[in-house]
Amino acid sequence: MTFVPKPKARHPLLKTNEIGLTRRDYEAIVSTLCAGCGHDSVSAAVIQACHELSIPPHQFAKVSGIGCSSKTPSYFLGNAHGFNSVHGRMPSIATGAYLANKELKYIGISGDGDSASIGLGQFAHIIRRKVDMCYIVDNNGTYGLTKGQFSATNDMGSTSKRGVPNLYAPIDLVSLAIQLGASFVARSFSGDKQQLIPLIKAAVLHKGFAFIDVISPCVMFNNHEGSTKSYSHVRNHTEPVVDANLIMPRDEIAVEYEEGTTISVPMHDGSKLQLRKLSDSYEPNDRVSALTYVQKAQEEGEIVTGLLFLEEDAVDCHDILGTSDTPFNGLAQENLCPGAEKLVQINESLR
Amino acid sequence: MTSFNEFVIRFANVNGSGSASANGMFAKAVFRMGIPVTTRNIFPSNIQGLPTWFEVRASAREYFGRRDKVDIMVAMNAETYKEDVNRLESGGYLIYDSTRGRPRELYRDDVHEIGIPITKLILAEFSDPKQRQLFKNIVYVGALSALLNMEFDVLTSMVASQYRGKDKLIQPNIHALELGRNYALKYLPCPMDIQVTRVDLVGDRILVDGNEAAALGAIYGGATLCAWYPITPSTSVADAYEKHASRLRVDSETKKKNFAIIQAEDELSAIGMVIGAGWNGARAFTATSGPGISLMNEFLGLAYFAEVPAVVFDVQRAGPSTGMPTRTQQSDILSVAFASHGDTKHPILLPATPKECFDFAADAFDLAERIQSPVIVMTDLELGMNQTLSEPFQWDDAREYDRGKVLNFEDLEQIERYGRYVDVDGDGIGYRTLPGTHPTKGSFFTRGSSRNEWAVYTEDAQSYIHNMDRLNKKWETIRSLMPASEVEHRNGRAGIIYYGTTTTPMNESLSLLDENGIALNSLRIRSYPFGPEVADFIDAHEKIFLVEQNRDAQMKSLISFDLGIDPKKIVSILYYGGFSISADYIVEEVTEHYVVNKLPRLREVES
Repeated sequence: MTFVPKPKARHPLLKTNEIGLTRRDYEAIVSTLCAGCGHDSVSAAVIQACHELSIPPHQFAKVSGIGCSSKTPSYFLGNAHGFNSVHGRMPSIATGAYLANKELKYIGISGDGDSASIGLGQFAHIIRRKVDMCYIVDNNGTYGLTKGQFSATNDMGSTSKRGVPNLYAPIDLVSLAIQLGASFVARSFSGDKQQLIPLIKAAVLHKGFAFIDVISPCVMFNNHEGSTKSYSHVRNHTEPVVDANLIMPRDEIAVEYEEGTTISVPMHDGSKLQLRKLSDSYEPNDRVSALTYVQKAQEEGEIVTGLLFLEEDAVDCHDILGTSDTPFNGLAQENLCPGAEKLVQINESLR
Repeated sequence: MTSFNEFVIRFANVNGSGSASANGMFAKAVFRMGIPVTTRNIFPSNIQGLPTWFEVRASAREYFGRRDKVDIMVAMNAETYKEDVNRLESGGYLIYDSTRGRPRELYRDDVHEIGIPITKLILAEFSDPKQRQLFKNIVYVGALSALLNMEFDVLTSMVASQYRGKDKLIQPNIHALELGRNYALKYLPCPMDIQVTRVDLVGDRILVDGNEAAALGAIYGGATLCAWYPITPSTSVADAYEKHASRLRVDSETKKKNFAIIQAEDELSAIGMVIGAGWNGARAFTATSGPGISLMNEFLGLAYFAEVPAVVFDVQRAGPSTGMPTRTQQSDILSVAFASHGDTKHPILLPATPKECFDFAADAFDLAERIQSPVIVMTDLELGMNQTLSEPFQWDDAREYDRGKVLNFEDLEQIERYGRYVDVDGDGIGYRTLPGTHPTKGSFFTRGSSRNEWAVYTEDAQSYIHNMDRLNKKWETIRSLMPASEVEHRNGRAGIIYYGTTTTPMNESLSLLDENGIALNSLRIRSYPFGPEVADFIDAHEKIFLVEQNRDAQMKSLISFDLGIDPKKIVSILYYGGFSISADYIVEEVTEHYVVNKLPRLREVES
């Protein structure tokens, strides 16, 4: 198996975006994941979201760790550079890449093994550092490539394909992200592209660390009766609390919601993010109450989805560090090398 | 008989008592009187309370290696007093606080004992408990200035410049110096037979440690990201980078920084950030020590195989495991050379002086981008953390960074089909592109898994082999780019090989051996993979000694691996006690080999 390119032929009626590109221009090679894998739906949603955002594909950089999910950056944005790194270490690669060039859009794809087990430390620390990126976890509660071991996000009592229950408490990445200071935290389901695509668009445009936990069932190892990460279980136990809708500058605001139920957030590119509360008691701008709500629902076996936490006017890593406006990788030697004269002074100070 | 400008003085103190700055001031004063000096800080893995020693070797002959015995001992730590007294050369000078009496059995008849009532002098003059503690150290420096016949104004002017802006500290410090000096002049036999006298042997050289030099080299080499995790003895590389970059790399108008420093959560993350930045076209480095190298192994293999530039400073300490974290060794050679799993190998730069730390640090960034692979600069605690005499740093403003093979938009426009791993130039090095360069050309997927020349994933055996063989071809290109070894001929039949801080005592060792009729030609390795001169040198001698500071003769293994040389031809001289190797030790070991094997001690010219 090597790779299968998609045919270049394009339907004349394919819709172009603001910069004249079709959805095809945001695609890449054909996925080698299993038929029906939730991850492919996430890739499709990324493609759709990026196309709708009208950002040139090469202005993205894709980073991932190791695992089924981390393979997926091969399957979208073929004209963007990608870096499939080391298991659990995508956050550090993303941090370094982002520090080198703040002008690109960064999409990180990770999995539950990658981010909640081997890479939990890096996951926690990239949140603290507020790296400006969209970090997606394709969360299926299982290790697919090694044939179906439980992962750390699997719920206690959820069973394996052979019916063996998981005996350990789950790590909830959403709760962690909210607690550790992420400025944009969402959860969605690979089977709900209506919800997922606007979330990805908003996450890409959000300045600061944007995290989306996407429950993305594994059709091979974790889609059976008894699993809490199966298509049917997730469909039956999802509680959307906040819908997000990104209104691009050119769009007219089509839907008017009842006063008091929507929050409109201006984005850096001039678009507006409209949040619609589906639950009266949910406060997406309050870290503590959002966290409480999410955890309470989890105790009751319900999965809260939507844009769960948003901090407006968030800062990012470069703001904290006070770095130059010019990206590091674009600084000329004259901005980097202090020169011989300065070195003479340094020598003098060492005598 | 009076000796001038040739002695080792050791200060025995308690960690955290403020002795470091006083001892440093003494060393600097000797240096400022034009005498070559080196310093050695022998300290525990502790913040306060354990014994610590500071050595200054002043040497007009520029013998800078550690000596087991010392000429002057300033014994300020009751806990180690007995050990310290025993370390004195016969005829040496013991300086101690005579405020309280000492047990009779600690007297030595064969040394000069010089008691100074330091505590008593301090108690009478200072009331602040903190000053009473700190100024004890200043008092003995003042006394030494008289005993060694030093120029007092060198010290006083140093105090004045050190506390510029904190003027009210100047007078008490000078007063403490005078207390010691005046006591010595009045009550002690001044000067002693060991003296310091002004000469001009230093020239334009500087006194600096290797870590600061490496940090400056990183700044001059264009590094914009330092991602690191605190670990002795490398921490001061990051500290110095931050200190100097905060002055040298801040835009005067916007006040924004042309650098970033990230204290990572661990060494895995530190090297990950460096690789991420390198992939994206910024120069980045990390500084660590052995345990950090262990943690970075997986990532270093990725960077080797995915071909991403990265610079790592490994300031070695005594392993294995936590080992002796504040002691020096050269014991990471093999773990660095082969860091990671699979067939992985990395080029190594081996500086021996602060000047070389600066040069190799700056060069490492050019090299890493040229070869698209990690470059590891290996020093050790001895070089990294101790101030020593060094040639001044130099920079040629005409020098341009070598950013390696990176295609820009216009380049890509000219190309029919871009392949990341196509060996266009036949040197094993493909052309990189950076993310965001071109809308439709030049993008590729970087991965640690096997791929073909077009960066497309494949498990095809031929493609895999082709790639691995190309990496080996690149290895030969790397070999041609590494700094050559330094060879010196002394008409010897046998040769001696060394590297890094094993160089420090070598001039003294070779002179002493020469006096004993053993003339050795020498080769100092400065990098790996080895240039042809290493094999030539080994071939040209009937016997080769290889001196290194580890137990397992790691460099010998590496030479054997890289050059296919029979390791039996090489006689290892190994020291791994955690202090730097001394000239005496090398002389004894080489001489012993001649004695045991009943070898003639003849120079080639005399045979």
